[in-house]
Amino acid sequence: MNRAEALEVVEESLASTVPDADLTGLGPDDLFREALDMDSLDFLSFVETLGDRAGIRIDDEDSPELTTLSASADFLAARTGTPAE
Amino acid sequence: MAEFTMPSLGADMDEGTLQEWLVRPGEPVRKGDPVAVVETAKSTIEVECFETGTMGELLVEPGTTVPVGTPLALIEPTGERPEEPEKPRGTEGDETGRPLRPPPPTSAPPEPQRVPVPVPPDAPVHGPTGTGPLLRHLAERSGVDLENLRGSGPGGRVTRSDVEEATAAAGAVAQPSRVRSTPLARRLAAELDVDPATVTGTGRDGAVRAADVRKAARGTATAAPRPRRSAPPVRPAEERGASMRQAIAGLMTRANRDIPHYYLSTTIDMAAAMSWLHEHNRRSAVAERLLPAALLLKAAARAAREVPELNGFWTDDHFTAGDGVHLGVAVSLRGGGLVAPVLHDADTLALPQLMTALKDVVSRARTGRLRGSEVSGSTLTVTNLGDQGVETVFGLIHPPQVALVGFGRISDRPWAVDGLLGVRPVVTATLSADHRATDGAVGARYLTAVERLLQKPEES
Repeated sequence: MNRAEALEVVEESLASTVPDADLTGLGPDDLFREALDMDSLDFLSFVETLGDRAGIRIDDEDSPELTTLSASADFLAARTGTPAE
Repeated sequence: MAEFTMPSLGADMDEGTLQEWLVRPGEPVRKGDPVAVVETAKSTIEVECFETGTMGELLVEPGTTVPVGTPLALIEPTGERPEEPEKPRGTEGDETGRPLRPPPPTSAPPEPQRVPVPVPPDAPVHGPTGTGPLLRHLAERSGVDLENLRGSGPGGRVTRSDVEEATAAAGAVAQPSRVRSTPLARRLAAELDVDPATVTGTGRDGAVRAADVRKAARGTATAAPRPRRSAPPVRPAEERGASMRQAIAGLMTRANRDIPHYYLSTTIDMAAAMSWLHEHNRRSAVAERLLPAALLLKAAARAAREVPELNGFWTDDHFTAGDGVHLGVAVSLRGGGLVAPVLHDADTLALPQLMTALKDVVSRARTGRLRGSEVSGSTLTVTNLGDQGVETVFGLIHPPQVALVGFGRISDRPWAVDGLLGVRPVVTATLSADHRATDGAVGARYLTAVERLLQKPEES
């Protein structure tokens, strides 16, 4: 998937993990765990959803890459074959 | 005929709003079935039935707020032993695979009989209540001293009607009316501006029923209809936030006033636990991954089994051990407040089960509905503030429990191992305990057990 698609998947996964969250105010480089008040259970559920939707396995070790919308989209685009722009 | 009453869904609950009936009169109900949705100050909860039988008359309409202990509906039991003693909580399920749980009030033991008054043979027996937690709660809320109450139940037991009568006699405010009347009748009376005291009751023992109120209202046709007093079925988030705050304020004020807390703390090397966890997660599908919280909760539960003095309730000047380790887990809600759903028999759950249960109750605490059995009956509560980034949490005990376990953030620290300095992941575990129930030595034994258990994660 290209980066735009990857970003969309990241946003959808966040929205479904934290249904009451307002993503409109979330900037591409904001730390979303803090901005959306996500705890480790929320984050695990986000990783699970993201991996399912993208069709990839995301390991604990990948967590440091999944901090912002931008970084997560880069990570996902790279993992799914299309290099980040 | 059994009464289905507004349950006490936590020590901080005084009243609840019936939001919705999930069954209609005449429908069969089974013990453990959710039959009603109740909104408390803190959350929306599906309340289970504790009888098997047929749903009878619904006494309270959706949208009505009533005190804990108020009859909501009648249930016609099918078995001839409706009062059959509760079995210990187990993990057995019915044929639908749903775990069967005893009703919330049984988590606290029945009280010894305190009222040595001889009972007249024809004393009215009002429901299956002993001086159980519901009654004590009702009495406390109504400002009635159970010690000074003459019981009219079997063996001089104090019944709910004793408490209600004492409340009325004392002019306390718990009941809107001193007249015997059904909740529906009381609400109707308020809406129609009818004074129940002027209504002739046609119900049992002259109790005023809704029909009586309607009849009386027709007689005073001049009375203008008044707006509904009861809360609407769904409250705005703002109001929910305020009532949540009040509920927490009430419970914590009581905890701080009544419980002489002592506090212990120890820092635990998590290297073994974390490396076991990483290895487990590396080999597992994402859905089966574990969080450190699962290991911490399991250790807290197993340690409670080893040190049962901290697992239970302090009521009426004595300690009663829990009938199992039912771990309350403090869950913070987005937008403020917290609830503490229960992991029943947490000490016996395998880690994957415990993790699944944790995910389930936490997500439903935040977005959906919890069941009555999932918010009551905790014997010990754990608060894990690690995600919030703090190192140490010294919490307040949730009465009538006698201890609260706290975990902070797992972070890398310089640590001496075998005479060498290394860097290790460590966590600070704390214990807030009730000094009436235990002394520091017991608390120390508990934290030591938690530490030992966390060194052998493969056994948990």
